[in-house]
Amino acid sequence: MVSLRRYVLRRLGLALLTLCGVVVAVFIITRILPGNPAAVRVGPYAKPEILAQVEKEMGLDKPLPLQFVNYVVKLAQGNMGMSWRTGQPVQKDLTQRLPATLELALSATLIAVVTGLILGILSALFQNSWFDQIVRVFTIFGASTALFWLALVFVFVFYYWLGWAASPLGRLDVGVTAPKGITGMFVLDSLLTGNPLALKNSLYHLALPSLTLAFVVSAPITKIVRAAMLDQLHADYIRTARTIGVPTREIIWRDALRNAMVPILTTIGIVFGYLMAGNVLVEMIFSWPGIGSYAWMALQNKDLEAIQGFVLLIAAMYVFLNLLIDLLYSVIDPRIRLG
Amino acid sequence: MTTGTAAYSIEATAKARRYSPFWHTLRAHPSMIAGLVLLFLVIFMMVAGPFLVPYKPLKTNPEIRLQPPSATHPMGTDAFGRDILARVVHGARLDLLIAFSVVAIALGLGVLIGMFSGYYGGKVDDVIMRITDIVLAFPSFILALAITAILGNTIPNVIIAIAIAYIPYFVRLTRGEVLSARELDYAEAARCVGNPSWRVMYLHLLPNCLTPALVQATLCLGWAILDASGLAFLGLGIRPPTPEWGVLVSEGARDIISLQWWTSFFPGAVIVLTAFGFNLIGDSLRDVTSPTEAEQ
Repeated sequence: MVSLRRYVLRRLGLALLTLCGVVVAVFIITRILPGNPAAVRVGPYAKPEILAQVEKEMGLDKPLPLQFVNYVVKLAQGNMGMSWRTGQPVQKDLTQRLPATLELALSATLIAVVTGLILGILSALFQNSWFDQIVRVFTIFGASTALFWLALVFVFVFYYWLGWAASPLGRLDVGVTAPKGITGMFVLDSLLTGNPLALKNSLYHLALPSLTLAFVVSAPITKIVRAAMLDQLHADYIRTARTIGVPTREIIWRDALRNAMVPILTTIGIVFGYLMAGNVLVEMIFSWPGIGSYAWMALQNKDLEAIQGFVLLIAAMYVFLNLLIDLLYSVIDPRIRLG
Repeated sequence: MTTGTAAYSIEATAKARRYSPFWHTLRAHPSMIAGLVLLFLVIFMMVAGPFLVPYKPLKTNPEIRLQPPSATHPMGTDAFGRDILARVVHGARLDLLIAFSVVAIALGLGVLIGMFSGYYGGKVDDVIMRITDIVLAFPSFILALAITAILGNTIPNVIIAIAIAYIPYFVRLTRGEVLSARELDYAEAARCVGNPSWRVMYLHLLPNCLTPALVQATLCLGWAILDASGLAFLGLGIRPPTPEWGVLVSEGARDIISLQWWTSFFPGAVIVLTAFGFNLIGDSLRDVTSPTEAEQ
């Protein structure tokens, strides 16, 4: 147990270090790169006096080290600056919009993991069969699909053409009231408050954007499930289990899959980062009111503090998730605790 | 050095695999052929397309606006009456230029840094690894998005932004290879005869450590096209009316409301097929170069 505590502490320290680095990196990107945030805000035709005034307002006339200290002090107080588009503090905008993004990301991950497990396990069991070949092509194709294009194709086919899907305009139909907010995720909230109308409608709206993201993301998951399962199925302990007559179903689900979980979890972590990035494109197309479409609107309006806050939030969530996964490893695989 | 026939025969098989003739490898990997065919088509389109398509990419013609695909306009026309095929064909040059520039920069710098990090180890290595950790904490598309937003919307800026996001992958891969290669006898021998470090690194170690990075480079070519067009779709980097594939999809996106699907479908399909080509090749290359990994 001593080594487990040491492992957790070490991993926490590393995550903290990366997080500090992320803050520095965001500062470098926005303040030190040869581009001037004030010039971006006022546009190319502004008079020099106005540029100087905006620079002063944004604190850009101060020396860099002082700017950095100011930035870090504000961040430490939970202040990500003001969005000049919404006129609200950036952290307030982001927290309001985060649940919508998480709901989308979680449902996409769920669909992708289920698809990935089924396809991956089957193609590992029937290695080199025609099914395996098709799955392989699918995984390569998924990794090559431009999300924004797929989203448009889905919207065209399933909404405009077939009329099956909900309109690509947000999380609920006009006239359906949002469920009482607990988590901010509409599906979960309607379940918790027992609101069947909102539940049906929010699932209906969630389906198409989730499927778009899941199509792309299930590719890497399928690939790693297949590889990890093959790895396990060829291991000696599985051969032993087969020899002594353990049923195949039990071997797959209880033994092989459990041991294959470590690489699969890593991939799910990586995929989450990709989902957050893909969200910008997908949320924009589906008018999904999450942080992705917030970032897009910030980009359109050159709202730099909002972009900065968004990037920082994504990186922080990513670091945190990877930490969580690493800690989960030590629960799943006791060998790691000793490492 | 090896004793016993078992070890020898394993080495021989590995060698035979690695140095098998090109066509032989190809036959065993149909997806490589598919990838090469797709890539060939894209390059053909880039080179010969402008001469074969009798329309100018920027020529507007209100009389033929939003025409569905037909014999005269195989991909239809857009809201300004511009021929989509002409725009796609002219966009190929720009998209491929961006992809190859991004990968050249990321591969060059990444290998250089990774080699340095792995060869010297110690504090330098620690610092470089922490920096790559930090860069990898940003999803590459988000990092490229932030950098382009600050640097401003020009083509070189898009290239720089995406390249920065890709460098860590090459640093990691090269470093890993160098870590094991520098302990091998040939590296030791190269050092012993008095070669300076740079010579050992770049003349002796580099050729033996480059394979994983080159495989990664092939995959990155596909990603770069997806990322660059994704940025353009968001209105970052390359702006209309420049014929770039992401710009074309974004311009066509508003037409699907009125069921005019072709203005966004075809440019997007070309993006996906090009990325698919690069990924098919990259994936097969990975199988060929690391057979043990592929068989797992």
